[in-house]
Amino acid sequence: MSTTTKEELRHRADALLAAHPPHSTTPQEFLAARFDAGLAWVHYPAGLGGLGLPRAWQTDVDAWLEAAGAAPYQQRRNPIGLGMAAPTILRFGTPDQQRRFLRPLWLGEEIWCQLFSEPGAGSDLAAVATRAVRDGDTWRVTGQKVWTSNAQHAQFAILLARTDPDVPKHQGLTYFVCDMRAPGVDVRPLRQLTGEAEFNEVFLDDVPVPDGYRLGAVGEGWRVAMATLNNERVSIGGDPLSRSGGMIGVVVGEWRARPELRTAELHDRLMQSWVAAEAHRLTGLRLRQQLASGQPGPEGATMKLGFARLTQALSGLEIELLGSDGLRYDDWSPQRPEVVDFNGRGPGYRYLRAKGNSIEGGTSEILRTVIAERVLGLPAEPRTDKNTPWKDVPR
Amino acid sequence: MTDLLYNDTEIALRDSVRAMLDKRLTAADIMALYDAPYPRPAQLGAALSDELGVSALLVPESAGGHGTRAREAAVVLEELGRRVAPVPFLTSAVVATRCLTAVGDMAWLPRLAGGEATAALCVPLVAYASTWSATVRPERAGLVGEVRGVADAATGVLIVPVRTDDAVHLHAVDPGADGVSVTPVLSLDMSRPLADVAFDGVQSRPIRSGVEAQRAVDDALTAGAALLASEQLGLAEWCLDTTVKHLRDRYQFGRPLGSFQALKHRLADLLVDITASRAVARYAADCLATNSDDTAVAASLAQAYCATVAVRAAEECIQLLGGIGMTWEHPAHLYLKRAKADQLAFGTPALHRTRLAELVDVPAAC
Repeated sequence: MSTTTKEELRHRADALLAAHPPHSTTPQEFLAARFDAGLAWVHYPAGLGGLGLPRAWQTDVDAWLEAAGAAPYQQRRNPIGLGMAAPTILRFGTPDQQRRFLRPLWLGEEIWCQLFSEPGAGSDLAAVATRAVRDGDTWRVTGQKVWTSNAQHAQFAILLARTDPDVPKHQGLTYFVCDMRAPGVDVRPLRQLTGEAEFNEVFLDDVPVPDGYRLGAVGEGWRVAMATLNNERVSIGGDPLSRSGGMIGVVVGEWRARPELRTAELHDRLMQSWVAAEAHRLTGLRLRQQLASGQPGPEGATMKLGFARLTQALSGLEIELLGSDGLRYDDWSPQRPEVVDFNGRGPGYRYLRAKGNSIEGGTSEILRTVIAERVLGLPAEPRTDKNTPWKDVPR
Repeated sequence: MTDLLYNDTEIALRDSVRAMLDKRLTAADIMALYDAPYPRPAQLGAALSDELGVSALLVPESAGGHGTRAREAAVVLEELGRRVAPVPFLTSAVVATRCLTAVGDMAWLPRLAGGEATAALCVPLVAYASTWSATVRPERAGLVGEVRGVADAATGVLIVPVRTDDAVHLHAVDPGADGVSVTPVLSLDMSRPLADVAFDGVQSRPIRSGVEAQRAVDDALTAGAALLASEQLGLAEWCLDTTVKHLRDRYQFGRPLGSFQALKHRLADLLVDITASRAVARYAADCLATNSDDTAVAASLAQAYCATVAVRAAEECIQLLGGIGMTWEHPAHLYLKRAKADQLAFGTPALHRTRLAELVDVPAAC
């Protein structure tokens, strides 16, 4: 299979374009034909949207198709599906599950969400309390999940649930696909401090999940979930952020436009943030170069910590800089945004939303522990819950 | 497209410099400089020049050097910083060499390239591009004036900025010449010792005058600021590595210190900053190597960022080593002294932020 050359790949792309000219094919038809031609994600196996080729070759395919007039593929439509569900299904799913789920996932016909975090299991994800109890060929799932983006649009969810409370926490978990339209699934918007509701709470009340929707063995859920989380993609596509882009660009723009707001103290603080932003931008640029050349480095782990610190300092400074105008807020209504757009909102929103940057996707404290233990090799903290049956751990 | 990685040549050079320093330099050699500072041993610098040719990295090919190999020079500086090596590489092979190159000197550069001579730009170590001023004046008897706090001034030829009413001139002066006195001072960082240089009727002729001379000094100080960041990066890395090792090895309360979250989180934060320092330092070196339009910004960014990170790394090292960090016996203090001195060298972070504000159009308050 891997004897395919780039030239042959090019022929495949040309054949697709000849059979389905982008200008006279609907976008959805084109995507379907593209998937069936193995040009969706070339590193996936043949028959599942790929050709078993190096992942980097996808960039070439994307460029050829776009040059011929095809609409760029919209990763944003199904971020959890593409970034987390698909690689997990590919690695742990049965052939039937792969055939059932991957095509509509990639086509964006079925949106996915993630049912991992719970009110009682945030940083300590392995403590999840949502129970799945076996009932013949079906599991009955009951519990509460939180911080679920896209749940209101989703057809399916990846779900982590406890199937055995009598063993230590990591051993009693099982990983499922949950149909979000099944009876007993209740999705409620979760309003945040910004006023909007990006996320949801999901209440599960005796939800039936067929055993055929289990990913991996019973009790293997933690290993499968780790594979999912390790697939959290570092965004390496697109143009690197420019020096005048991002939040620093917005604040510097305000500084230039409003000379009456300037003080010496604010000036030095702004320049400290400018320096931090530029250092962060160059770190990201170096990370892209490392990934492109296959050299590993700690940049991936450190970027998120740096980003949170930067956006929080800068958004706080911006409100002080604007003075009285910084106390006006643009919109407290419970909007349901599809993507977080710092720059499309006002300074109050930026300040409040940036607080989430050090919490979502792993708190800064957890990340520091991960960096200290995995990158620096420092010893782990003693833990009391590791060998205790889950039901006996204090909570 | 700027390249922020290390290529194979640079990695090989790093290995060679590291091997030589491992063989020829101990912490005790550096500590000895604090008790018996003068004269400084010149063997290590000579070996770096003779065996590895590092003093020729920034000398133009026409003068017997390698051209503008700023990226390689930066790698050498990372290793020198990692060992706080007491050699005049930054002052002579970077700053003075850039200055002489900018004025098209052919008298001294071949000797610098071959390692037969070293040179020092006769300005205070804290001077930085575009705001330095010449304090030496030509009078009837010759050059007159004093320059305080010059780094590595005792051994090589002095490149002296001289001010007349309407222009700056550059003179090359032998420190042994009549009327020149070079008075070493006890310095916070004795691994890069300072001296006060006085001129009292020194006979000399300018090697260049006017705008070119002025620009040559600016260019040299910009290069110094840009590449000092790599020294600061290497220094900070040693401090982090040393602290990590200590926290792994030392037990208190029946646990390795490194298992305490309060300590490990501090080192994780430091790694974040050192990782960013590497990107910033590589960018500055690459700008210098490619003669980028962004070099002035990159150099000021490098000092605004990397200087602070190096000081923090050294201060964290002293604190987290506990009592041993306060002793003369442990080498950590050598790094703290170099880091703090480096923070002022070629302009403090605050001065560079002010400079950056001008360069990137973030106007100051009126």
